[in-house]
This record gives sequence, C-alpha cells and structure tokens, in this order.
Amino acid sequence: MSWYEKLMPAKVGSRNKSPVPEGVWVQCESCKVTLYRNELEKHQMVCPKCEYHHHISARQRLDWFLDEQGREEIGADLKPRDLLKFKDSKRYKDRLVQQQKKSGEEEALLAFKGTLEQRPVVATAFEYNFIGGSMGAVVGERFTLAAEVALAEKRPLINFSASGGARMQEGLTSLFQMSKTSAALGRLSEAGIPYISVLTDPTMGGVSASLAMLGDINLAEPGALIGFAGPRVIQQTVRETLPEGFQRAEFLLEHGALDQVIHRHEMRASIVRILSLLIKS
Amino acid sequence: MDPNYLDFEQDIAELDTRIARLRRSTDAEAGLDVRAEVKQLEQKRQQTLESTFGKLSSWQVCQLARHPMRPHTLDYIERLFTDFEPLHGDRMFADDTAIVGGLARLGGRPVMVIGHEKGRDTKDKLRCNFGMPRPEGYRKAQRLARMAERFELPVLTFIDTPGAYPGIDAEARGQSEAIAQSLMLFAGLRTPVLSIVIGEGGSGGALAIGVGDHLAMLEHSIYSVISPEGCASILWKSAERASEAAEAMGVIAPKLLELGLIDELVREPLGGAQRDIEATAASIQSMFESQLDRLLHCDIDQLLEQRYQRLRAYGAA
Repeated sequence: MSWYEKLMPAKVGSRNKSPVPEGVWVQCESCKVTLYRNELEKHQMVCPKCEYHHHISARQRLDWFLDEQGREEIGADLKPRDLLKFKDSKRYKDRLVQQQKKSGEEEALLAFKGTLEQRPVVATAFEYNFIGGSMGAVVGERFTLAAEVALAEKRPLINFSASGGARMQEGLTSLFQMSKTSAALGRLSEAGIPYISVLTDPTMGGVSASLAMLGDINLAEPGALIGFAGPRVIQQTVRETLPEGFQRAEFLLEHGALDQVIHRHEMRASIVRILSLLIKS
Repeated sequence: MDPNYLDFEQDIAELDTRIARLRRSTDAEAGLDVRAEVKQLEQKRQQTLESTFGKLSSWQVCQLARHPMRPHTLDYIERLFTDFEPLHGDRMFADDTAIVGGLARLGGRPVMVIGHEKGRDTKDKLRCNFGMPRPEGYRKAQRLARMAERFELPVLTFIDTPGAYPGIDAEARGQSEAIAQSLMLFAGLRTPVLSIVIGEGGSGGALAIGVGDHLAMLEHSIYSVISPEGCASILWKSAERASEAAEAMGVIAPKLLELGLIDELVREPLGGAQRDIEATAASIQSMFESQLDRLLHCDIDQLLEQRYQRLRAYGAA
C-alpha cells in the first residue's frame, strides 16, 4: 500500500458498484461531481448539485420517515425458503445468504408499525439491494401482514417501492404474491383506510403491476424508472427508439398514472399533509 | 418436417402420414393385407404416443402449450357454450382483440366468459396481437367482471397468453395499473370466478384474469412468473437455455399441483388437446360444471372469505 492509499484509504474513485460507496468522498451517480459523503447524507442522498436521487436502503428510508419513538417491526421472523431448490449460475440458497450479507437484511421488504408526526401508521419499504428488491413469498407475506395490521388497527398504510418485479427463483409462488397483496389492499380500500404508494427508482414488473399502482394516492420520486416491461424488452419487441424520458416518473405523471412527483426532501411533509386531509380527526 | 408437429413428434408425424396414405389405397382396393398393415401401424402409433407423452420434459410441455394446432379460447367457447353473445370494448379507448369475452350459457346456466385469444392464421394472429393484451384488454375484462357481479353471473376465464404486451403505447396507457386493478377487482368480485389455463400462462398478463375461487390447468399447459426464455436470458445470460429455466422454475401442471399453487389438473387426450378438441372441451366443461354446482350454493360473503384465505395462503409459511 502506498503512502497515499494509507492516507486516503477511503476508496476515492472506487469501482465498488454499490449505490454509494463507503468512504469520505463519493461521486454523484448522475453528474459525477465529487461530494462529501456527510454532505450527501445530510441531503438524504440527493445530489446537492444536480438533484439526482440516489438509491437508499429500506431501513434508512423508514428511519427518516417514521417518528423515532414507538416503532415495531412486522413479520421480522419470516425467513425466505427455497421450495424449488432453484439453481442457475448459483444456488438460490447461497444467493440468499450472499444477499443477506450484502444488504444486511433478511429479505427485500421491511414493514413497521409506528407513528408519523404522532399519527399511527404502518409503513413498508423495499430493499433494492436484496436481489433487486424482488418480490418473493416473504415480501408478499410481510406486505400482506402490514396491510392486515393497517386494516385491524385502522392505520393508514404507506409503501415505498423499489423493485425489479417478481422473484424468478421462487417461480409461480412469486407471481401469486401479486394477487395476494392486491387482495389485502382491496380490503383496505373497502374499509376506507388510506393507502399511499410511493414509487421510487426503479419500480417494475410484478411490483408495479400490483401493490405499487394501487395507491389511493400514487406518488413518485423525480426520475424514478416505473413500468411494467423493462425498456430493453420493449426495445426488442417494438424495434423503435424509445422516446426521451420514457417510463420515468415525469412521463407517468404526464400520462395520468401518478398524482404527484415529489422531491425526497418534501416527501414526508407532503404525506403528512395528505393524510390529514384524508382522515377526519 | 411437418410444421404442424413438434420436433419430438416427428416419429408420430411419419406414422400418421403412412397410415393416411394406406387408408387412401384401401378405399380404392380394399385389400385385406393393407388393412392389416394399417392396424399394425396404428398400434405402433399408439405405442409411440404413449412412450413419447409418458415422459415429457418441462420444455416439451412448453412447446405443446404453444403448439401451432393447440385449441384456443374461441375453439372452446364454440364447443362449451350456447347462446354466446360477444361483448366488445373497454368504453374508454378501444376494443382489444387479444381478450375476448361475452355472455353465454353453460349447460343452460347463464355465465360471463373472458379469455385471451391468440388467433389462428397469420392475419388473425396479428389482429389478436398474438394474445398479448394492452391495458384496454384488461379494462374490458374489468368491465365484463363488474357486469357479471351486477347480474349475478359466475365468471369463467380461459388463460392463454405469452404475457401482457410490452409496447410503448401499452406502457403509456398504464399497463401496470390495468393489471393491478384487475387483480384487486377479481379478488373482491362478489360472484364466483373460475379459471383454467389452456395453453400459456404468461406472468402478470395471465394472472390478471386468473384470480378467483378455482384455478385449473390443462395437462399440457404451463404457468410461470416469467417466460422460460426471459428467465434464461436474465439468469443464464442466454435465451437458448430456456429448457433449463423451464425445469428450474417448475412451470408444468403436475408440479404446480404438488406445490399447491393450482387446484386441479384437467387431463388431455393422449398426444395433447389438439388431437381431440371435442374430448378436451368436454373435460373442461365437466370441470366447470362441477365447480359451479359447488360454488353457486355458497353464501357470497363466505365465498369471498374463502377466496381471500386461498390467495393469502400462497407462499405463507
């Protein structure tokens, strides 16, 4: 190790592919400007220069969102299972262990009971760093449990999605999480309990085509990629150049799929306001 | 190679051709030894069918599910129902011909029918977009489902799609929202809903009309979270390895029955549905009728609770 590396071991210009590398310095994924990690964190991982919204972990998301007191995790004891004994280049069992290490989470969705400015709520968030936030049995079950707690205790439900879609390694069971979560949301809707869906980058496939698009209010972060089919698949099918900004949050807003595109810094306050308008106190 | 037979059916194709040729000559000459030969060939054909179809790989079932001669939704509608009145349009944008539907009678009982339609010849396939619906297709299905609820008609659905259409227009008009709304609507629809996968159950585009009280699959149909080709190109980085992906994901009816993801497997005639459409239609009809006998007696709130618990149980520990 050279003196320089000893002095600056903070992976400057690191090739680490995780959204934001560890260290003192980080580079904005979009405009490539070099930033103090502390400064970026203070801005909730939004680039102060270009406003690019970097991916954030599910735990971080909910930590910023919920009041500090009185949090209680839902479905934490649920562990993924490998019913198909699935194997591609790697065994699914091994992949799970690897992803658990990488993300520090047991699965790709976190669910919490808590309060938002003293209002009791249930909040869930997808962990994109765990097999691309894909929805398998545990994600579906945790989300459904969360919706059921919301129904039983008449708490509004807020979900932050970030997912590539259904998890292939769990086969048809994954697909059926779409109907399962949608059924639970149907009951919530019938009971007149608000569900706010926040779509963050990216929200695709089976997650987009179920729980993420079923909000009473659908919100999104700027620039988030949102869609059913992936851009590459569409390109291969239609053999045309995709329009500028296709499947971005602003495109969906323009086409009527979203209520608002909201900056991360404003998201919490907006949700607080919306809930106070929807719920009679 | 006969395009109406799959690669692993070529022995059968050859026997079929020989039998047909001999039959033509028997008509003319009525030779006894020719008749004996036909009988012998038919025996051999039966044996070949039994051995070929007794040990199909998942990939071979995928090929059968997409067989060029495989019966489609309209083939079954024609045979199962009387008084079919097709209904068109989502009342918002267009009529999507990848999803057909309408009022009909099953054994005298009025029902609502909804299904994917792939189309038969090239022109027809293009018109039906190969059975890949756009949002307006799902919104038409929702309209028909709500109508069925209002008039207390059970809903019968036929699933047969490679998947929802991955196109620019489909995305712009809200493909995700259309599928999501269908899932939520069918989950809470206050009338019995019965579904059968008759060919390809391609992902969310299939599930959107497959949420209900009873889910059956034809013996040689498939149902999967992503097409085997799609899965292979993502996980194996090569669509060529689709057969491995099909095996790994467990897409065939016996496997899905074993996993408790479907409720019933409906047998096909030896060699597949395309060899005897009438017999296949009769099997589907008897499945639907016995399920209707069971479900139409249920109290509707009880039925909805049962449906919720059924959907809820998928993947629960």
